Amino acid sequence: MDRLVDLTDVTFRWRSNLPLVLDIPAFSVGAGERVFVSGPSGSGKTTLLNLLGGVAVPDAGRISVGEARFDQLSPAKRDGFRADRIGFIFQSFNLVPYLSLIENVLLPCRFSARRRARAERRNGDPAAEARRLLQRMGLPVDSLSGRRVADLSVGQQQRVAAARALVGSPDLVIADEPTSALDEDARTAFLDLLFSEVAAGGQTLIFVSHDRRMEPLFDRHVALSDLNRAARPGADS
Amino acid sequence: MPVFRLALKSLASRRFTVSLAVFAIAVSVMLLLGVERIRTEARASFSNTISGTDLIVGARSGSVPLLLYSVFRIGNATNNISWRSYRELAADPNVAWTIPLSLGDSHRGFRVLGTNSDYFRFFRYARARKLVMAAGKPFDDIFDAVLGAEVASALGYRVGDEIVVDHGIGRIGFASHKDKPFRVSGILARTGTPVDRTVHVSLGAIEAIHIDWRGGTPVPGARIDAERVRRMNLQPRAITAFMVGLKTRFATFAVQRKINEYRGEPLLAILPGVALHELWSLMGTAESALAVISVFVVVAGLVGMMTMLMSSLNERRREMAILRSVGARPSHIFALFVFEAMFVSMIGIAVGLALLYAGLVAAQPVIEARYGLFISIGPPTFTEGIYLAGVAAAGCLAGIVPALGALRLSLADGMVVKS
Repeated sequence: MDRLVDLTDVTFRWRSNLPLVLDIPAFSVGAGERVFVSGPSGSGKTTLLNLLGGVAVPDAGRISVGEARFDQLSPAKRDGFRADRIGFIFQSFNLVPYLSLIENVLLPCRFSARRRARAERRNGDPAAEARRLLQRMGLPVDSLSGRRVADLSVGQQQRVAAARALVGSPDLVIADEPTSALDEDARTAFLDLLFSEVAAGGQTLIFVSHDRRMEPLFDRHVALSDLNRAARPGADS
Repeated sequence: MPVFRLALKSLASRRFTVSLAVFAIAVSVMLLLGVERIRTEARASFSNTISGTDLIVGARSGSVPLLLYSVFRIGNATNNISWRSYRELAADPNVAWTIPLSLGDSHRGFRVLGTNSDYFRFFRYARARKLVMAAGKPFDDIFDAVLGAEVASALGYRVGDEIVVDHGIGRIGFASHKDKPFRVSGILARTGTPVDRTVHVSLGAIEAIHIDWRGGTPVPGARIDAERVRRMNLQPRAITAFMVGLKTRFATFAVQRKINEYRGEPLLAILPGVALHELWSLMGTAESALAVISVFVVVAGLVGMMTMLMSSLNERRREMAILRSVGARPSHIFALFVFEAMFVSMIGIAVGLALLYAGLVAAQPVIEARYGLFISIGPPTFTEGIYLAGVAAAGCLAGIVPALGALRLSLADGMVVKS
């Protein structure tokens, strides 16, 4: 299996006089793999996400996502690469309140010509692709389109966020506790939808959560506290 | 720029606070341009009040008071010029024409000016424009009056109407010359100068209505009726001031010196252009104070907008994090806030212009009626365009402060806002 994500000897600290928050000798994810990363708070989760997104850079070590070496690229190039290749779903408040449902889903296409082109190729028109994804996520687009996104239920908001992470088929989808605000039934339904879409697009999924009940659903499980030598329970991440 | 439309939508979602900021800028822009426009129009109208007159002569006082009462019909002369001195000076070989002016009476708040037919021949305003009759003809009979356009329209007079002159210049005269009514013989076309607010009668008429008066009141028992007065000698004993046109401009200073050194009585001859300039510079202080105030109002408006954007920063941290996660660069976040400031300023400017023109349309007739100042309503001038560009640029600059704040927060937060 080709490696999509590869971290080698990565260290990170907020400031040079502060202790390391991240020290990962080796971590890699294969293309098309669905990996569950369990991480209690304090295990360096936020930092890892910012590194994988290219928003932060390591003090030392190498990070590559696809062909991009995040430790070497300029900030603008990392931002561009993130826009093109990575979709994010966060825990909550994923949506821009002043944009409509469709506009929220289409946000990545605004910043990435590649994802716009891919969405077009897939469905002729990015908006049509956004609709398709929302429908796939079980959202009745037409009846919801007049609503402000802030008025949607949390479950609905998370499904919009998932559609946004998937639009334009980025190579990598990173989900950070996307189900923690959902109840049991909604959680299962959400994961089913996410999995089937990721599988259909051949995308790689990194799913970060402290809720290990979901672990068996994934190809592989990694505990961040095992991965990260700097992790100390209770330490600030 | 992918955040261009985001900025518009973000503003649209905060309609209420945004419209307050827009309104503050709009009002400040309206004030800025309004002051500028009134200033320009006032200056133009001011310098248009008199033209072609080389000297104005009155009893010795100051040049500004002389200009004020002789041209603007404001205030009073402290003293008169005797008829004899006037005739003597008017006979100077350098003098082409003179217009005698006799002031002191009024009609329902409008000044009455005693003069002669030379007024209609030689008086010029704006760029050498002559007085034109809109109706009727110049005075001919002793008790004929020619009304300025404003007098006629404000009081609804027509040619042939009868009017009574009040003694003195209060709005309601203490005493009136009702025993000797005047007939409106003509109405002048509008000039946009104090002429519009003047009732013109002959010098003889001024003499006639005062012939049975002494010391500001009618002499009891000495009443002389209008018919008898016609047969009397109505040569005036004195006039208030006179305007002089010279045969050649080169003689101006010589004639001025001659008048100022005249031995018969203390007189003052002024050059209207110089006196106008002097008067305008007196008002210039108020004028620049107004301009400075309106600039500060614009600054206040922009600070209001800046405050609105600054105070929204914290609640927008998640929005910025989301934008970062979908690929926005820090420069996009910066641009989003600058664009928002730019749009608010632009809309403020547009609304301000709309308010200005609405205000001008509403105020134009009032200002004209009250102050005789005609404000023309045209497209923004070049100077105003520069002002507007300045406001727009200052608006974008004002956006830089919150944009830097957003940039700083966004760089610190990355894609995840910890709360």
